[in-house]
Amino acid sequence: MNELLQQVINGISLGSIYALIALGYTMIYGILRFINFAHGDVFMVGAFVGYYFAPIISKFFGGSPFANGLLVMAAAMIICAVLGVTIEKFAYKPLRSRPKLTVLITAIGMSLFLEFGGQLVFGPDPKLFPALMPSSAIVNTENLVISTNSLIVIITAFVLMILLRTIVYRTKIGAAMRAVSYNHYAASLMGININTVISFVFALGSSLAGAAAVLYSSVYPSINPLMGIFPGLKAFIAAVLGGIGNLYGAAIGGLIIGLVETFVTGYISSTYRDAISFSILILILLIKPSGIMGKFEAEKV
Amino acid sequence: MRHLTTILLFPIILILGLGILSCGQKTPENEISIGEYSSLTGTTATFGQSTHRGILMAVNEINNAGGVLGKKIKLQTEDDQSKPEEAAMAVTKLISRDGVKAIIGEAASSRSLAAAPICQANHIPMISNASTNPEVTQKGDYIFRVCFIDPFQGEILAKFIYNSLKLKRVAILKDVKNDYSIGLAKFFEESFKKLGGEVVDSRAFSEGDTDFKAQLTALKAANPEAILVPGYYTEAALIVKEGRELNMNMPFVGGDGWDSEKLIEVGGAAMNNTYFCTHYSAYDPNPIVQNFVMQYKKTYKVAPDALAALGYDAAMLLFDAIKRAGSTDGDKIRQALATTKDFPGVTGSITIDPERNARKPIVVLEIADGKMKFKETIQP
Repeated sequence: MNELLQQVINGISLGSIYALIALGYTMIYGILRFINFAHGDVFMVGAFVGYYFAPIISKFFGGSPFANGLLVMAAAMIICAVLGVTIEKFAYKPLRSRPKLTVLITAIGMSLFLEFGGQLVFGPDPKLFPALMPSSAIVNTENLVISTNSLIVIITAFVLMILLRTIVYRTKIGAAMRAVSYNHYAASLMGININTVISFVFALGSSLAGAAAVLYSSVYPSINPLMGIFPGLKAFIAAVLGGIGNLYGAAIGGLIIGLVETFVTGYISSTYRDAISFSILILILLIKPSGIMGKFEAEKV
Repeated sequence: MRHLTTILLFPIILILGLGILSCGQKTPENEISIGEYSSLTGTTATFGQSTHRGILMAVNEINNAGGVLGKKIKLQTEDDQSKPEEAAMAVTKLISRDGVKAIIGEAASSRSLAAAPICQANHIPMISNASTNPEVTQKGDYIFRVCFIDPFQGEILAKFIYNSLKLKRVAILKDVKNDYSIGLAKFFEESFKKLGGEVVDSRAFSEGDTDFKAQLTALKAANPEAILVPGYYTEAALIVKEGRELNMNMPFVGGDGWDSEKLIEVGGAAMNNTYFCTHYSAYDPNPIVQNFVMQYKKTYKVAPDALAALGYDAAMLLFDAIKRAGSTDGDKIRQALATTKDFPGVTGSITIDPERNARKPIVVLEIADGKMKFKETIQP
């Protein structure tokens, strides 16, 4: 029983990181109707920002480990946001009137550019992510351990998701985002600056990837320039599973994928983990392409 | 019509270009070209870096002493990025473009297995410095190694856990994408069961994984007294670290894949109460070892790990064989290598057996107080 509970905690902690990355995919899809395949690599850059900033921040600010951790996360979020907006401005914006396929291929190119550019800049060998805060066990029985690390991951992820919800549903820019996601043309007729909204969405999505990267790396502290590929793909599956374009869907999809992967690894075999994740993607595309939370949309002919 | 010409011309130009390139550089008369393919970057970068330093030190030493057969040794190095497919490309390039007479490499069995058939087909002797999977030298009679093999390593680990640590219930967490890890796990299990021990559970991961909590939670439920992780240092350190977070305080045990300073750098205090067997210890009082350690520290400012010592031994063994062969002909070098007996290496006295494997002693190290410590030496 405790083993099951432990696996549930492992799964939720992994899943909440997937959920954060999936939110970026889903928001960008919601606005622009295309999959930003470079999103996983923005996540990777976030991890390296944390790697380079953590020693500087602890040297110059020297606050409590918790405050330092938050500052490192803020740095990763800001730099990822800037990177996301830059990518959109230079790679995607010039292609906005072109077919969606062109932008999709550009996104794959962008992804490869970041991966291998990262190998050039950061070096291809795995690096050790510094421990941001000492991990101690909160619940510590013979068979069940809940560490501060996994709790911090889960809590931070949920706080960020609630924050995102507030932005999308309670602010003016959030209303603009929703308007643009319904109809670009109508929204621009209502006086909404589409470019600002799109930049904002990229900044928001990329900063969540940056936060996820710092959380992920502090739990699994080995980072390298290709580390974004698999979490990126898993988060993409999560976004599709939840219903791409739907924020709640991304969060739920992330948790489901995290739990499924943990259970497959724990009770079947890690060999099948990726196979089962991708089978879920295929199944959901076959059975309910709009995802768990998605609504059926009829194509207008 | 013009299109057709372009379509036809393009491949012709390409083939011609490649042909010109593949003629390659000719090695000058007074030099012997030796190839090395190593993981200078990638997941096992420290293996390649250390190996390369060891080989380079041997090359400098022999060249300062006048070279081999009156000629200088010229080392050609290729990086395989810790990937088997790159290893195959690297040896192809070394043989066809650089015209090397013999090849040293690789540390990892999966990479050696990818490169060995190419060396065999071209009749170029290959000496693996640290690939312990038995299949490597079975690829052909031109493939040798200077290290012990996994059946021996597995047997020693089984004996060590059963006799020295006196533990009887072991769980295994192995890398299913890695020939070395699968082989070592299998040989350990066979020996351990023969001794009367029990393997209570066995789980898998894949190279490059960072999350092992699900497997570790499952293993923990089987109540093992020790955990065998036959993998490489990057994953091993993360596994032990995550295991300690899950309150798994039993000893973790590994093979020579753990031998890297990065193990303690990544794992930190979690690595205490772990053991691994390897090829040599820098604390061995043997004068050959101490002389090597001193020279290495003088050149590179760090202590040599087992990979550096094996790289050095592989190169020295090769030079010795070329000397005895009196020629750089592939077949003659191969015959000389096959008859190596009691070669005084840094990693122990090396005798090449009829299967082209090295018979030599093994060392067990313990990690305590954040340091690697010499535990015991076990003879074959």
